[in-house]
Amino acid sequence: MTSGLLFACVGAGLFVMGGSGVLLLKHLLRRILAFNLMGSGAFLVLVGMAQRHGIADPVTQAMVLTGIVVAVAATALALALVRHLYRLSGKLELPEAADDD
Amino acid sequence: MKRLVVIPAALFFVLVLILALVDLAPPAFDLRPLVAENLASSGVAHPVTAVLLNYRAYDTLLEIGVLLLALMAILAVSGSPRTTSNTSLSASDPLLAMLGRIAAPVMVVVAVYLLWAGTSRPGGAFQAGAVLAALAVLLHLTGLLAGWQQPGVRLRWGLAGGFLLFLSVGALLLLVEGELLRYPPAHAGVLILLIESGLTLSLGLILAGLFLFLSHDQGGPR
Amino acid sequence: MMIDLAVWLILLPLIWASLAFMAGPGRGARLAIPALGLQLLLVLLLAGTVSESGAIGLAVGGWGAPLGIDLAADGLSVAMLLLTQVIALPLAIYARSYFQVKAPEGRYFWPLCGFLLAGLNGLYLSADLFNLYVTLELVGLAAVALVAADGGSRQLVAALRYLFATLLGSGSYLLAVALIYAAYGTVSMATLAPVITAEAPFVVWLAGGLMLVGLMIKTALFPFHFWLPPAHGGASAPVSALLSALVVKASFYLLLRLWLGPFAGLTASAGLLGWLPATLGALAIFWGSCQAIRAQRIKMLIAYSTVAQLGYLFLIFPLLTSEAALRAGIMQAFAHGLAKAAMFMAAGVLIKATGQDRVDSLAGAAQQLPLTMFAFGLAGVTLTGLPPSAGFLAKWLLIEAAIGQGAWSIAVVVLVGGLLAAGYVFRVLRQGFLLVPAIAADAPSFHPVPRTLEWMALLLAAASALLGLRGVELMELVALGGAA
Repeated sequence: MTSGLLFACVGAGLFVMGGSGVLLLKHLLRRILAFNLMGSGAFLVLVGMAQRHGIADPVTQAMVLTGIVVAVAATALALALVRHLYRLSGKLELPEAADDD
Repeated sequence: MKRLVVIPAALFFVLVLILALVDLAPPAFDLRPLVAENLASSGVAHPVTAVLLNYRAYDTLLEIGVLLLALMAILAVSGSPRTTSNTSLSASDPLLAMLGRIAAPVMVVVAVYLLWAGTSRPGGAFQAGAVLAALAVLLHLTGLLAGWQQPGVRLRWGLAGGFLLFLSVGALLLLVEGELLRYPPAHAGVLILLIESGLTLSLGLILAGLFLFLSHDQGGPR
Repeated sequence: MMIDLAVWLILLPLIWASLAFMAGPGRGARLAIPALGLQLLLVLLLAGTVSESGAIGLAVGGWGAPLGIDLAADGLSVAMLLLTQVIALPLAIYARSYFQVKAPEGRYFWPLCGFLLAGLNGLYLSADLFNLYVTLELVGLAAVALVAADGGSRQLVAALRYLFATLLGSGSYLLAVALIYAAYGTVSMATLAPVITAEAPFVVWLAGGLMLVGLMIKTALFPFHFWLPPAHGGASAPVSALLSALVVKASFYLLLRLWLGPFAGLTASAGLLGWLPATLGALAIFWGSCQAIRAQRIKMLIAYSTVAQLGYLFLIFPLLTSEAALRAGIMQAFAHGLAKAAMFMAAGVLIKATGQDRVDSLAGAAQQLPLTMFAFGLAGVTLTGLPPSAGFLAKWLLIEAAIGQGAWSIAVVVLVGGLLAAGYVFRVLRQGFLLVPAIAADAPSFHPVPRTLEWMALLLAAASALLGLRGVELMELVALGGAA
């Protein structure tokens, strides 16, 4: 197993952990962290698999840079929403029932 | 209850995925030679920068759009402008403030260097912008820079200016060269540097804004 | 040369959105409306070009796939572009009078809306899997921001649910792109289409599955619909219209595009796979309609109706071997898009006029706001699928395709779904046409509403009801396919 492949397999693990976290965690900050873990996992699969035979691939590196920026943007928006929700309701969890009707 | 479904499904999926990854044959296409062959006409010497700003510059354009969008989203979410707008700077540790003052010029120099280095080595507008944003956050945390409120005209132009410059160059090239973001090889280097410089400033402001606009909304820095 | 038109469809909204942001909170309508008019003109020219000379492609930056990014416009993408611009222009005129000058929830409407439309147009034109990921995120984040804009905690909760759902969807899509790149070394759809065959490595099947699930979450297909009703029902009326009419169609389009394009080799070899989205679609029709019939608030009713109507889009997947099913799907996208935009706009007028949003409080609306109730009724005719509406044509095409392939179950679902839709549409109409004695002490008071709001709702509703008569041209356009 080359190092690139190892990174990709770890990335797969991280992605699944993060995905389960987004589904299962209650605390909103932990959910945001889980989403970031999920994204990082996908990025590791992308770069890891592309260099599984040793040589790095600039195309995937550029894609990951793009992806990181998108993830930063999404995280910032999520944090803004959570912060504002906390200010209005004092809660850091989403209510159980979806809506009253 | 949800746990009982999600966790076994996740474990099963990751196992299958890893087995499939380990088995995978080498890909049919290899872009590395293509990237290297066209590097001479791309205007930059670093392959990753060439991909970001020339081969796949359109992705980069949209990605900066996403970042600007996130900033607008934060402004839209964080509510109407507060009436209690007088932000008093918290009196901070004088040692912290002094270190902040020393770090500021050094970080500006680092940002300019990163921007310049981006053509041939790892670096570029994003990295330089990130250093500038870090500077703003640092100054904010040491009490030298207040959290931002709803942006005024100048700040709005600064935030969106880099993106609009990138867009205008793209649109101009579409009119002149007939294709979006097709840099004429002779001018590719200059155009990319122009775009990068504008972006550095705007990205610095946007990234700083993601922190400073949020930091303000509870009345002053903390 | 003509593909330039397509590129301007992406650049123009980005430009006017940035300028609107620079101009300041609440500004930008005066720039956006002419620009949207120009976009509509461009897309009509593009449709003319495509129907004359077939699908067109463009290599951004002149590099071409696989090194660069390709854009492509075929009949399917042009149809979706057309739908987007046709709805966006009246919606913008509506939004301009809806958000009074200093309305807090409209402060960043124009920039966010511009980015959303640029993302949609970019998505319909892109032929590159990774670029599609970026456009998906652009659309998703803009939509979440519009839902949350200056809302109370109920709206924020809805926005957060929406955000996590959309991020989960695009995350799955991103991992799938990574797997595709690992297997083939390219993300260009045109390059991938011939090489992905039934003998593809297992990783590619996993990638296809991830994309399918991710995009189903983003399209709010049952049972992933949990985020849609609070988000669409809780936002302000122009935003609800934008989201329900356009945004959910984008991920549906992408799923369809992938199904017929790069993954055609896989989907053709697994013939039963199409029944998965179709079964979920049928469940969505029943579940969404029943919830809509029970809903107390009018915007929740319309939002649940969206869940149901999206179900029809997924009924076409087992039938895609025939061109007719694709036409039915696109016709349904048009019918629902136009009608649902009109319905949310009409609901916005009703809420503004009565000051509340309960279905029970609509009594007397038909007397006070006849235009609006008429618009709601026309849109309802389309959703129910009565002739000559676009909804009728869509259902007709779908039933024809289903019977042609012996899929009787789909035909039955379509018929029953129409009856259920009539159930919730007539609930609103019945309440609206109740007469209220003018002298009664508790007679609801109606505030005056700008006429523009009513006329724009009526315009889109009329378009949805009359499109059935002009459907042939649209169908011819969709038939010019196959560039992917």
